[in-house]
Amino acid sequence: MLAMNYRGPQRVRIDHKPMPEIQHPQDAIVRVTRSCICGSDLHLYNGSVPDTRVGMTFGHEITGVVEQLGSEVQNLKVGDHVLVPFNIACGKCVFCQQGLFGNCHESNPQATAVGGIFGYSHTAGGYDGGQAEYVRVPYADVGPTVIPANMDPDDAVMLTDVVPTGYQAAEMGGIQPGDTVVVFGAGPVGIMAARCAWLFGAGRVIIIDQLDYRLEFARNYCPCEAYNFKEMDDPVLFMKKTTDWLGADVCIDAVGAEANGSVMQNILGRGLKMVGGATPALHWAINSVKKGGIVSIVGVYGPIEALVPIGNVLNKGLTIRANQASVKRLLPRLIEHVQNGTLDPKALITHRIPLEYVSDGYRIFSAKLDGCIKPVLLPPSATS
Amino acid sequence: MDKPTYHPAQIKGWGVDADPKNDPTYPMKQRNDGEHEGYSWERPRQQTSDIEILQSNERPNLTAVFGTSTPPAGLSGMLRRFAFKYSESSYGHWLPLVLADRVGVVEGIVDDLRRGHIPNIPEELGWKAEWKHNRKQLVTRVLIGAVFTYAALAYLRGGKDD
Repeated sequence: MLAMNYRGPQRVRIDHKPMPEIQHPQDAIVRVTRSCICGSDLHLYNGSVPDTRVGMTFGHEITGVVEQLGSEVQNLKVGDHVLVPFNIACGKCVFCQQGLFGNCHESNPQATAVGGIFGYSHTAGGYDGGQAEYVRVPYADVGPTVIPANMDPDDAVMLTDVVPTGYQAAEMGGIQPGDTVVVFGAGPVGIMAARCAWLFGAGRVIIIDQLDYRLEFARNYCPCEAYNFKEMDDPVLFMKKTTDWLGADVCIDAVGAEANGSVMQNILGRGLKMVGGATPALHWAINSVKKGGIVSIVGVYGPIEALVPIGNVLNKGLTIRANQASVKRLLPRLIEHVQNGTLDPKALITHRIPLEYVSDGYRIFSAKLDGCIKPVLLPPSATS
Repeated sequence: MDKPTYHPAQIKGWGVDADPKNDPTYPMKQRNDGEHEGYSWERPRQQTSDIEILQSNERPNLTAVFGTSTPPAGLSGMLRRFAFKYSESSYGHWLPLVLADRVGVVEGIVDDLRRGHIPNIPEELGWKAEWKHNRKQLVTRVLIGAVFTYAALAYLRGGKDD
């Protein structure tokens, strides 16, 4: 089958790989119909996540048709068109039982800090991902969800990560009616977080980025106030001024390790990779939120220490909430939001790229070319 | 500063998920104190595999399922095995893994050549897309790279002449 093949930082190609096989009685083999490139894939692409091995296939935002089932799978049948949450979760461990499906303790032998994630390095379990024609899906009775008959597959694939991650970013903000919410990062997740902030009753939503085309998109889609930090002398000072000098009620970091905005952080975090990523977005979030406020983190960082102004977290009495999205927990509500038109996730998809051109897809998304917001890869075997 | 021309209540879905209890004191997890029981859950059947799986020393067992992509091999594999002697809270774990990733890139090229495949690096880098959408910057980068390479070669050749 055709599959994306990682060859090193910023080098990927399409290759022929063996078909995945059932390796556990709760596995399914899924023929991929959609597979997005996620902003967090760019951390892998740039070589920022330790234990990202040459030869691996990325891709954790997947829809597909069930082709084969392990002997213990009961909730799916061959031919079902499913959306596959990016978390690999057993549904039985104490963390899954508490709704923390992103923190499953039975899916990642290589690290205890994160559960298994499709195609996301060996630090997240060593699973090949869905940027391929076929993918092995463990715990098929837990994660995969049959796509409702009237749902557009493009909406469905966005429910595997972007929508739940954006929604949980807002949810973790503990937004109260009337709150001012600032989202750092106008990528797909940041835009979705800003959109979802309204669902929790925000009174004002602001999004910050350095790319005008993304800010323009967010301004219309969310809708929200959108500002370019490159036009500011000091983004934190700007935030203080625009919030009556007290700061925002809630700040959301939707950027993670690849954040721009600090020369020192660029050198240490992005160039030398001596720390767990460049943190200007998180730095600004901590310093822009009001005293006693909440910082919600969904931007992904590496496992090594990262530079953050932790003293200000203490002195301001901040609450920091962060996690990988618990997709399975959120899906019922989010499917409702998509079906009744409250959320329109497919509108974020700007590029539909054949899987064979995966290296171009990564380059376009990584370098923010051609007005790219969200690219989706389409395998040649996808018929729907 | 742009002043929004809308009122929040006009936005579709505004406030539908508002939850006054959702402040930091309201835990998002459905607390059931199950973690106090340790490994008490009925574990799924254990996946078996012939390939080498490295395991965090912060857990007593393999997870019931695991990925089988790209098992450790070669020099990078030796570095990865060394890394897994240390816990996830140690630089002794992460720095050898970062180094192994870089070694793995070289091993990948050697492996390609050994199989008679010359990697098309410009294509792997997505330069076709850059050429289409970002030609000026691509040309600039290639020219700068060429100048640096020429200067380095000239310097080395000069050193040999001495």
